[in-house]
Amino acid sequence: MEHIRTPKVENVRLLDRSSGQRKASIGTLYLSATHTIFVENNPETRKESWVLHSMVSSVERTPTIPAGSQVILRCKDFRVFQILVPQERDCLDVHTSLVRLSRPEKYSELYCLSFNPNVNKEERQESWSFMDLTADYKRMGLPNNLWVSTAANSEYRVCETYPSELFVPKSATPPIIVGSARFRSRGRFPALSYFHQDTLAAVCRCSQPLSGFSGRCQEDEAMLQALMKANPGSDYIYVVDTRPKLNAMANRAAGKGYENEDHYTNIKLHFIGIENIHVMRSSQQKIIDVGEMRFPSMTDFLYGLENSGWLKHIKAILDAGLFIARAVADEGISVLVHCSDGWDRTAQACSVASILLDPYYRTIRGLMVLIERDWVSFGHKFSHRYGHLDGDPKEVSPVIDQFVECVWQLSEQFPCAFEFNERFLVAIHTHIYSCQYGTFLGNCQKERRDMRLGERTHSVWPELWKERAQYTNPLYRAEQSQSQGVLRPNTTPYCFKMWKGLYNHAEKSTPPRQSPADFLSTVREESQQLEEELANQQERIAALNGEPITWEKVLRRRTSRPRPPPLRAGPAVFYTDPTSSPAQEPPPPRRISLCSRPGVGSRRLLHCCLRGQRPLLWLEGGLFLQ
Amino acid sequence: MEFSEHIKTANVEDVVLRQPLHPPGRGTLCITGHHLLFSDREEGSCRQVLLLLRNIDAIEKSGVCRLSGSSGTITIKCKDLRVLQLDIPGMEECLNIARSIETLSCLDSMSELYPFFYRPSSASLRDQWGLSSLERHYSQMKELHDRWRLSTVNRDFSVCPSYPQAVIVPKSTDDDMLEKVAKFRQGGRFPVLCYYHKKNGMVIMRSSQPLTGANRKHCREDEQLLQAVIDGSDKGYIIDTRSSQQALQARMTGGGLESKSCYSSWKRLQRQMERGKALQESLIKLVEACGEESNNMDRWLSKLENSKWLSHVQTALSTAGLLAECVERDGHSVLVHGSEGTDSTLLISTLAQLIMDPSCRTLEGFLTLLEREWVQAGHPFQQRCAHSAHSHARLQQESPVFLLLLDCVWQLWRQFPLALGFSEALLLRLATEAYASDYGTFLGNNQQERCALGVKENTHCLFQALLRPRERDCYSNPLYEHTELAIWPSVYPQSLQLWRGFFLRWTPQTHHLEEAQEEIRNMVIEWGKLALSSCPASTRRSEDVQNM
Repeated sequence: MEHIRTPKVENVRLLDRSSGQRKASIGTLYLSATHTIFVENNPETRKESWVLHSMVSSVERTPTIPAGSQVILRCKDFRVFQILVPQERDCLDVHTSLVRLSRPEKYSELYCLSFNPNVNKEERQESWSFMDLTADYKRMGLPNNLWVSTAANSEYRVCETYPSELFVPKSATPPIIVGSARFRSRGRFPALSYFHQDTLAAVCRCSQPLSGFSGRCQEDEAMLQALMKANPGSDYIYVVDTRPKLNAMANRAAGKGYENEDHYTNIKLHFIGIENIHVMRSSQQKIIDVGEMRFPSMTDFLYGLENSGWLKHIKAILDAGLFIARAVADEGISVLVHCSDGWDRTAQACSVASILLDPYYRTIRGLMVLIERDWVSFGHKFSHRYGHLDGDPKEVSPVIDQFVECVWQLSEQFPCAFEFNERFLVAIHTHIYSCQYGTFLGNCQKERRDMRLGERTHSVWPELWKERAQYTNPLYRAEQSQSQGVLRPNTTPYCFKMWKGLYNHAEKSTPPRQSPADFLSTVREESQQLEEELANQQERIAALNGEPITWEKVLRRRTSRPRPPPLRAGPAVFYTDPTSSPAQEPPPPRRISLCSRPGVGSRRLLHCCLRGQRPLLWLEGGLFLQ
Repeated sequence: MEFSEHIKTANVEDVVLRQPLHPPGRGTLCITGHHLLFSDREEGSCRQVLLLLRNIDAIEKSGVCRLSGSSGTITIKCKDLRVLQLDIPGMEECLNIARSIETLSCLDSMSELYPFFYRPSSASLRDQWGLSSLERHYSQMKELHDRWRLSTVNRDFSVCPSYPQAVIVPKSTDDDMLEKVAKFRQGGRFPVLCYYHKKNGMVIMRSSQPLTGANRKHCREDEQLLQAVIDGSDKGYIIDTRSSQQALQARMTGGGLESKSCYSSWKRLQRQMERGKALQESLIKLVEACGEESNNMDRWLSKLENSKWLSHVQTALSTAGLLAECVERDGHSVLVHGSEGTDSTLLISTLAQLIMDPSCRTLEGFLTLLEREWVQAGHPFQQRCAHSAHSHARLQQESPVFLLLLDCVWQLWRQFPLALGFSEALLLRLATEAYASDYGTFLGNNQQERCALGVKENTHCLFQALLRPRERDCYSNPLYEHTELAIWPSVYPQSLQLWRGFFLRWTPQTHHLEEAQEEIRNMVIEWGKLALSSCPASTRRSEDVQNM
């Protein structure tokens, strides 16, 4: 609280660019220890906007004009708030406070550690036990006579950033593991990421070898040999270096680099060319700018999209995943994936490959497990990459954003293959940045253990699981051909689109203005209810024809199964904005259109939704009818 | 003329056909006067491909000579953007086939076209032709009768060759006046009513440009007619689909624009829309970009941008939005024209009606709208759709205005998946039929030509065929929910997308999207059935499902 200079400022104007309001609303601004809160003065709506301090990526102050001066809040979920404060002094105070509040210096200042909801200990422990990676390895059929769990890294002795439990080939003895770890950047030796039961081929990951121009290491060579032997059907493995070849070569001068094919027998080296975190950071900034353009022409937009290079990078990651998936599923060849440190591009490539290979990871629970395994447990540096604490801005990069977007691009290509919808992906994205839960805090498992996060915070996964009804894709059918087996996406450039649901905030509620998904969810739910009802009725008829049925039974059934709600419940959820918090109300009707005729029930809501529509661009040009 | 003159080789055996989304097949190729027929002779397969020769936009030949005998390959590029390949044994046969296709795919004489020969067993020539007529439209619109009348001044097409026989005009203007106005407007297309907005009584009129010329002629009757339109209101808008400069330049060639001094209560808005050749070139570039199998993202995006097609979609939708805005929100009448009034004018008036008028958004309503605003209002289909994106022929009057309309409608459909009563499949079907069809609907350039050819008597009507029960199932939108409200499209670049269903129709990925559409249809049908059988209170909705 000591950072808050002015907890309350009255008569400020808020321009919420993310919801596309044209006119600023007047209200009061509050600064709390955890949130910036704006409450509208309008007594009818009293609309509140809450922004978590940890979601703020930058705070900007514009030069003073007679009406006051502006503070611009840019959020990590790409929302932008412009706040006009009448008094310059207040503005300065707000700005200074927010700058400090949005850049916590210690973990203890973060929301999940500073804010303790009163829940009991058991509940908290239960929340952490929701995620069980051992069960996932078991699901893959591990351990078996090819792959075993190793205790080499217990207490994080061999590699600080790896999890304590890892799977390695059966023939990889502790000396081989330790030797190999010494020859790998940051000790990240080859370990299993995914085992494909159908072909017995595996996806493994590590960091770059410390080979320089001529270095070699017998244990590391033995380790790769062991990987190959762990796949009985094959006589070589692929080593996928996800970096551009030039970068990999440059690393040799620093005593790192890539595997020399002369030293390792039976490997095939393959470079993918995913750019590094610095390129990705600036590329994302460019695409955010594209999303923020006020009145772009189609040419401006497409040029900006091309110039950002963002889709090119997304494509590279998907291509990497596809290469691995094909090797494993079609050729039955194991793949070892690495980049430099093996925690960014490697995590992207491995997790995309898993999504393509295994339908389980396309379910709600499966995606959580996948992120927990390939990202959280394998030491992806969440706190550094997503700027949880005030630190080196060069460490920040949208690495997992890109993975999440790859999943979204896939779901656009295979609308029936994923159990979850866009909203789920956006929710995960938000929580990675928000620090409301302990799941993504810190940079590796060891750090999280040392911070005792399990005792002090909650896990995000059970919370998301509880909300799964709103994250379900109504078109998903587990048994359908599209959902089964290996996904083989087309990665021709025209298959990629800008992810509007995440980046487009200048006009968020479009399109679709109407959401068929929500409509279908309702349809599906009702169909299920009706089906049950029908089965029930048939049972009763059968019972009535055969043995007599007692009235108690019928009555009990009646009360236990209420009649389905009126069928047109659907439109009530049209136009819900997937990224806005549930607490936010739909925008108030701004302009009463001539044709509005209040209907009944849900229909009326639909009308309201349509009336509360966004401004129109041909109007916003300011040329006409203003 | 006999078609057989053009067919030297009618049958070839052992031909290999390669087409997108299917494995290659070997079988017999047969050329008839209007069709290319391929039947697969492989064991266990009885695939047949029947392709209307009119659908072929361009062909390319290449030959290989081998010791075992020569063979040739013909690449067929269709107007629906499909590309087929035929490997034909025997060089001579190959050349003969190619020559036949070249000649028969672009026959000049309209009366030789397939619609005059198409005689399906399911329909009779005596069936009703067309969905509605202006006479019927007028008689149904009782609101109109106070201030508007049906004029048959054009009954013999002498006043305006491209207008239908009946048009709706202000009651206070008599036929003599109309004849004078027609002389003042290009092609005789004097201002006529095209849409009446029931909610506020405002109207959309359309015409062609006034022939003011360099010496700024004016026409009293024209001014009176327009004044009669806004009778009782303070002003009206004229939306000119050309830039101010283009409009001023048009004076040099006898055209022009409505001057402020003569039309004082009309406010002119210039909105430049691309037309003619530029639009055709845009389509060619886009199709070329889509056909390229490049793996380079930058190249794709820059080609997409360079084609400008999406910019045209954006312009069309925002101009239509502006038009609807004037009528619905601002409450004023609007006159729309460009130069000829047969292309962009129809495009935006149609889109504006879809935005504002719920009755146009049902399957039937949309087809009726197309019939009224495109077929009867004289969009020159024959000229505009003679060739498509692949043709090497020198461009004459080709321009994909109708395709642009369908693309814009698709964008609306995507932004409002519940508000339109028809499916994407309908738009795709129309896009194909406009270029090559079994039906007579899109034949000719206007009603006059259709009358002269006896289209009504000698061909079948596409719109009627699309409304038959089986087709209706496939072309209706299972999610459709009637709404009285206007559907304002977003024209923000990110809201507009490439129409993959059309431009990338023959790539494998569309298959998954089609599966999803099928899934949606099944879900809704299943739901309807269940609701019907187990919950009597919900029959209302179920009936809707059945009626769709």
